[in-house]
Amino acid sequence: MSVLTFRNVSLRYPARPGRGSAGEKLVLDTINLQIASNELVAVIGRSGSGKTSLLNLAAGFLDPSAGTITVDGEPVRGPDADRAVVFQDDALYPWLDARDNIAFPFKLKGVPLAERRARADTLLDRVGLANAGDRRIWELSGGMRQRVGIARALAAEPRFLLLDEPLGALDALTRTRMQEFLLRIKAESGAGALLITHSIEEALLLGTRVVVLSPNPGRLTAEIEAGFNAEVLNGASVAAVKASPLFKRMHAGLTGLIHATSDEEMAA
Amino acid sequence: MTLSTEIGALPQRTEAEETARPRTARPLPVAVISAITVVLIIGAWGLASAYALVSPVFLPSPRQVVLALYNLVAKGFVDATLAEHVGASLTRIFGALIASIVIGIPAGIAIGTSRVGRGILDPIVEFLRPLPPLAYLPLIIIWVGIGEASKITVIALSMLPSIILSTSAGVRAVSKDHVNAARSLGASRWQVLAEVVLPSSVPSILTGIRIALGAGWTTLVAAELVAATSGIGFMIQSAAQFLVTDIVIAGIIVIALIAILLEYIARLIERRLVPWASHR
Repeated sequence: MSVLTFRNVSLRYPARPGRGSAGEKLVLDTINLQIASNELVAVIGRSGSGKTSLLNLAAGFLDPSAGTITVDGEPVRGPDADRAVVFQDDALYPWLDARDNIAFPFKLKGVPLAERRARADTLLDRVGLANAGDRRIWELSGGMRQRVGIARALAAEPRFLLLDEPLGALDALTRTRMQEFLLRIKAESGAGALLITHSIEEALLLGTRVVVLSPNPGRLTAEIEAGFNAEVLNGASVAAVKASPLFKRMHAGLTGLIHATSDEEMAA
Repeated sequence: MTLSTEIGALPQRTEAEETARPRTARPLPVAVISAITVVLIIGAWGLASAYALVSPVFLPSPRQVVLALYNLVAKGFVDATLAEHVGASLTRIFGALIASIVIGIPAGIAIGTSRVGRGILDPIVEFLRPLPPLAYLPLIIIWVGIGEASKITVIALSMLPSIILSTSAGVRAVSKDHVNAARSLGASRWQVLAEVVLPSSVPSILTGIRIALGAGWTTLVAAELVAATSGIGFMIQSAAQFLVTDIVIAGIIVIALIAILLEYIARLIERRLVPWASHR
């Protein structure tokens, strides 16, 4: 069991270089958050609340201005394969076909060509794209691309999956299917996950925990446990779960929480 | 504001004209218009020489030029056949191309990825880029001698800037997500460079090579006019000295055809090598 920990993490952007602390922007303020391997922590918040900055910190693309981020007690020093990122715009390599995109992390480790292709084929099979290995990236639909992106992240054998609105660019039907897919693949992989999303419904459905990030500066204002992902994993249909009274009540509650933060802001 | 006036200034077809035009009439394709132009030019040329409007010494007839071309292929001119002249020229340009790729791509990567690299190489490239290669040809001859090396050096120097600049532009245009993805999948700095930055710059590098080939070809012919004992430019220069204008014109046509062919091959390679370039 691994744990990804944010301890008193703050992030500031200097407004303009050479102007000292004046005009500095506090993006994230004293974030405390723990994500364990058996969890999928969904972060929701309005745009500008620093959701993506939070993920970039976890990935190691950004360094915190204060506080520490650790994986199993080891401080995070830059990006690493133990925290693989899935991007909203897939970030697949167009010069490689689907199979070689998935095999990319194996290539980085120096796995021989035949073996890495065979292992990529296993992953292709796992994400339901057994016949798409030779396809060019631009020949794949948005949903298929994200499956390839997720398979590529899994190929790095990460302890944590960092999901930056991975389903954000998909149409509604594909999105629902991909939500269930994401849950299963995450559960099978045994990796912990941090999911950034702007969809309350998605956060509630997928997250074992949902945290609300309020903007200006980004603060964690609420944290709730959610059990709907277990229901889906146990075979309940996504549609039925979303239609249940409890889901609707929690959805309304979260909506209220997010709007409350924006109302406060307006009052201030 | 300018836009509306420009549109207003465009000739507007009246409704009467529109209806008067038969529905079946289609506008001529550009290729047909071009073909007609070429035929007209050659026709005018033929007429001008047939009626001796210009002295045949200055303007041989098209038939004479075709004949000269045939003789060039069969017998040659100044101790070498056309194939040998073209071969000498192509050897120089490809030698220079290889040299400028070997130097230009690493230099472009250095400019695109490192502040120090940019600081060192930028002034050199910016100095070299606007210089007409013939301006430094005499100096190169003094330094390197009149052999092949001086010609290859000058041609390579004329090719270098576009290869360096297109490489550095390609390197700088690499997608941030592509780089970040590789880093989060465990890539080292060198692996990011080799596996992401370089492949994603290939379309830009190939464009640079295509432009470089054009520049190199121009320089090659010019360099051969000045200092060479073989090559297509030398052939033209020798023919001109003896007022053999049909060979001069035949040579010019060969130069143009090779330039078009090189461009075509370069585009073909681009399409083969980076089919994904148009799908980013």
